[in-house]
Amino acid sequence: MISRSEILETNQMIEKENLDVRTITMGISLLDCIDSDRGKLCANIRDKILKLAGNLVATGDEIGREYGIPVVNKRISVTPIGIVGAAACRSEDDFTEIAKELDRAAKDVGVNFLGGYSAVVAKGMTTADMMLMRSIPQALAETERVCSSVNVGSTRTGIDMDAVRIMGEVIRATAERTKDADSIGCAKLVVFCNAPDDNPFMAGAFHGVTEADAVINVGVSGPGVVKKALESVRGASFEVLCETIKKTAFKITRVGQLVAKRASEMLGVPFGIVDLSLAPTPAVGDSVAEILQEIGLEYPGAPGTTAALALLNDQVKKGGVMASSYVGGLSGAFIPVSEDQGMIDAVNAGCLTLEKLEAMTCVCSVGLDMIAIPGDTSAATISGIIADEMAIGMVNQKTTAVRLIPVIGKGVGEQAEFGGLLGYAPIMPVNRFDCSAFVKREGRIPAPIHSFKN
Amino acid sequence: MKKAIITVVGRDCVGIIAKVCTYLADSNINILDISQTIVGGYFNMMMVVDVAGSEKSFDAISAELAEVGGTIGCVIRIQLEDIFDMMHRL
Repeated sequence: MISRSEILETNQMIEKENLDVRTITMGISLLDCIDSDRGKLCANIRDKILKLAGNLVATGDEIGREYGIPVVNKRISVTPIGIVGAAACRSEDDFTEIAKELDRAAKDVGVNFLGGYSAVVAKGMTTADMMLMRSIPQALAETERVCSSVNVGSTRTGIDMDAVRIMGEVIRATAERTKDADSIGCAKLVVFCNAPDDNPFMAGAFHGVTEADAVINVGVSGPGVVKKALESVRGASFEVLCETIKKTAFKITRVGQLVAKRASEMLGVPFGIVDLSLAPTPAVGDSVAEILQEIGLEYPGAPGTTAALALLNDQVKKGGVMASSYVGGLSGAFIPVSEDQGMIDAVNAGCLTLEKLEAMTCVCSVGLDMIAIPGDTSAATISGIIADEMAIGMVNQKTTAVRLIPVIGKGVGEQAEFGGLLGYAPIMPVNRFDCSAFVKREGRIPAPIHSFKN
Repeated sequence: MKKAIITVVGRDCVGIIAKVCTYLADSNINILDISQTIVGGYFNMMMVVDVAGSEKSFDAISAELAEVGGTIGCVIRIQLEDIFDMMHRL
C-alpha cells in the first residue's frame, strides 16, 4: 500500500516544485501523403493530421486530470517537409504554402507547435532541400505554430559546410522578417548535428524516416524537483549527490513512462520513447541553472560548471534509463538562456559567456540554445558559430544544436522579449573577429576517424 | 478494481468526513482505506477508493469532488493510484 508520505512527496513535487509532463508529441509520417500536385499534397497532409491528432489535446488534458499532473504541451512532429514536398514543390513559395497548411492543421487540432518543416542534409542537399531552406524565413514569418530545423552534419557523414553557410544567411533573413517582434522567428529554427528522429521537444522535433506511421513520444521535466532534492544534501560527498540526482530522475521519468503508455493506449498509437531531458522554463524554481548553483557554483559559468553539468547530465540518464523501457530523443539537461531565469541572471552578472556555453554543450544536450546576439552579427559569423557547434557534435558522437537569435536593431546591454515559454534574453556579445574566408569555402568537412580516440 | 487516491486538505470544521463519504456513497465509490490527521488546525485526509463500480466518468467525479471541497472550505483531489505506484514502487 502506498504510504501517506509517498503521496505527499509526489503531490509536493507537482504543486510546489513544478513537476510536469512537458510535452506529449505525436510523430506522424507524411510519406504516404506525397503527391506531385501541391494542392493534393496539402489536402492529404491536412486529412492525415486531423485524423490522427484530432483527439490529441483532449486526451492529454484528460490524462492530466486522471493523474493530477499538468500535461503542459500537446504537439505534433511530422516527416521532414524537404522530403515530403520534393515531388510537388517547384519553388520556395510552394514550400511556404505547405508551411501554411501545417499551421492551419495545427490550429485546427489545437496543438501549440508543430515541428518538421525540416531538411536533413548532413551530406548533401537536394534541390528540394535547398528550396525549403531558402523558404524558411518567409515560412516562419507567415506562420505561427510551425517549427523548423535543419540537420547539417553527423558523425558518420561529416558536416555539410554549404548548408552551414546557407543557414547563417537563413537565420539572419528570418531575424529580419520578424524584427518587429525581436526576431522571434529564429526561436522556431534549430540547426542540428546528429539530430535524433524521435525528439519530442520543440523547436527541433521532426518525425524521422526511420519511424513508424505514427508514434507517441513524451518529454518529462522537473529541474525544480532535482533542485529541491539537492537542498537536503548540501555539503555531502559526490557519491551522495549523484545518488540523490539518480533517485529523483528515476521518479520523474516514471511519470513520463506512465503518461506515455496511457496516451498511447487512449489514442491507439504506439508508444515510442520517453525523453529524459531536464527542461527549464522561465518560472522561478524551474531552472537547470539553480541545480548547478545548488551543486556549489555561485552562478553557471563559474569554473567547475562544465564538470558539474557533466555530472548532472550523466546521473539524470543513469536514473532515468531504468525508469522507462524506451528512452530516446535528446535526453539530457537543456541549457537554454532565455528560458531559464538562473541562466539569464548568470549572463547579467557577467559570469556566463557564449564561449563557456559552448564548452558546456560538450557534456550535455543540446547546444547553444535560445541565445540572443547583436542584430548586426554577420551571416558568416553565425555560420562560424554553427560550424563550431556542429564539430563538437560530430567528433563527440552526440547531438548538438544551435538556436541563435540575432535581434535586429538591438545590441549588447539590451534585452529581447519573446514572452510566454520562450521568456526574455539579455543580448550576449559575440567574438567580432572575422571567419568569412573559412565559411566561404565550398563542400563539406569529412567524417571524423572512429578510432584513435583522444 | 480501479484504485484512486483522494486527498482532502483544509481548515478543520465539523462534517468534512461525512460530506466526502456521503458523496462517495451516493456515487457508488467504495472506500478501501482512510487515514486522517490534524496539524496546526489543518485537516489532512487521504483515502484509497475503488472507482470501478461508479457509473460516473473519472472527470465527473474529479469535478464534483472539487465542488464538495468548495462547500466545506477544503481542497479535494482525486488521482489514479498508478502515478504513486509508478513513482515509488519498482
